[in-house]
Amino acid sequence: MIRPTARNITEDEYFFGHKACAGCGGSLAVRIALKVLGERAVAVLPAGCMSAVGFNFPQLCFANNAMISTFAGTASMMTGVEAGLRARGERDYQIVGFAGDGGTADIGIQALSGAIDRNDDMIYICYDNEAYMNTGTQKSSLTPFGASTTTTPVGGKIRGNVSGKKNMFEIVAAHGIPYAATANVGYIEDYMMKVRKASEIRGMKYIHVLAPCPTGWGIRPEEMIEYARMATDCGLWPLAEYDGGEFRLSRGMGDPSILRNYIKGQKRFRHLSDQDIGHIESMRDARWEKIGGSWKVPGRDRP
Amino acid sequence: MSALRPCLRSTVPEWKNGEFPDSTAYEAGYLVHRNSGWRNRRPVIEPELCTGCLQCYLYCPDGTILKKDGKVSVDYDFCKGCGICAGICVHGAIRMEAERQ
Ligand SMILES: Cc1ncc(C[n+]2csc(CCOP(=O)(O)OP(=O)(O)O)c2C)c(N)n1
Ligand code: SF4
Ligand code: SF4
Ligand code: SF4
Ligand SMILES: [Mg+2]
Repeated sequence: MIRPTARNITEDEYFFGHKACAGCGGSLAVRIALKVLGERAVAVLPAGCMSAVGFNFPQLCFANNAMISTFAGTASMMTGVEAGLRARGERDYQIVGFAGDGGTADIGIQALSGAIDRNDDMIYICYDNEAYMNTGTQKSSLTPFGASTTTTPVGGKIRGNVSGKKNMFEIVAAHGIPYAATANVGYIEDYMMKVRKASEIRGMKYIHVLAPCPTGWGIRPEEMIEYARMATDCGLWPLAEYDGGEFRLSRGMGDPSILRNYIKGQKRFRHLSDQDIGHIESMRDARWEKIGGSWKVPGRDRP
Repeated sequence: MSALRPCLRSTVPEWKNGEFPDSTAYEAGYLVHRNSGWRNRRPVIEPELCTGCLQCYLYCPDGTILKKDGKVSVDYDFCKGCGICAGICVHGAIRMEAERQ
């Protein structure tokens, strides 16, 4: 595999002129993946921010072939597109899906699970902004603990979301998928490498990329990358790959103590007490204990 | 050679009542308006400080940093002024200026 870099990926832009909010992480995830995959990528996007900001007829912001699917049907439409191109004798195409966290972990999980089971040759990318952003920030099963959304508001008794993030990466891996990875728009070269790697593996691939939403998270647009990086550095969003039946961490935890800054800097978490933050820290520590015990860790031969 | 990208068209498709296209498919990359009006600040590149590392190019969510003679420039028609490029540049080669108008 040739590692994709700013110099060797195409100068072409395939997602351009879109109407995403300034500083939108999801739009960066779509733009960069298409620059790695190139012109022969056929994109499928369900209802969600990326289709809403990309297809405002007559402002059509994809330069490659791209289409909107039903909210639940990203993976099944991808299967149909792939079968159709194959039947027409086309070659060298890449079917790629870009679905949000709601479109993936809630309403689209059945179609995704079916596609993994059939092992269709395509790449499913979940851009995770941790809520239903296009409809004004409702909780999804990938919304983190404590986050205030319109359906998990902060009041006298409830202080934001009471459940934690569904572990989509390991749910997908448990299917025995050929390749799955977590990524982060704040570590863009790592994400590019994972997209390239996925494009060179046959069968079903899944990439789950954290993509902060300044509007829904309550951060300034220019802070988007900083917060994306903090999420991984503080240990809340570990970067890893599942490949050949094995989990491998892409990088270690940076600085566990910055979790507080990560939480305190975002409007959606501002109401959390020290005790709530302590709870988030202990959930993170439990997760890392499991990771340390069973995943390959860089610089260490055995778990 | 200019890169392939959705580009601004001189004609905006128009249909009278009942004359919409017979399918919902249309030409890819068809732009009819700029995004420059969203901006209240603009990134300004200081070419003497720019090393051409292309980090701003990679991280711009809108793809509006252009490679130019080993350095970079900004497509002000579509830049939204988010300021991500200025934060990414460790060489201090991008500053945000208030949009005058
Ligand atoms: C079957 C169905 N239910 C509800 C909707 C309304 N809807 C459109 S986009 C959206 C939110 C999508 O959230 P997510 O998948 O996380 O993507 P995001 O908007 O955050 O990018 C909803 C609920 C719909 N289009 N179709
Ligand atoms: S609401 Fe959030 S995810 Fe949607 S376009 Fe705006 S920044 Fe992007
Ligand atoms: S990040 Fe700074 S130094 Fe690097 S290319 Fe951009 S402007 Fe130049
Ligand atoms: S301000 Fe934002 S949109 Fe404009 S060039 Fe910089 S990163 Fe891109
Ligand atoms: Mg979402």
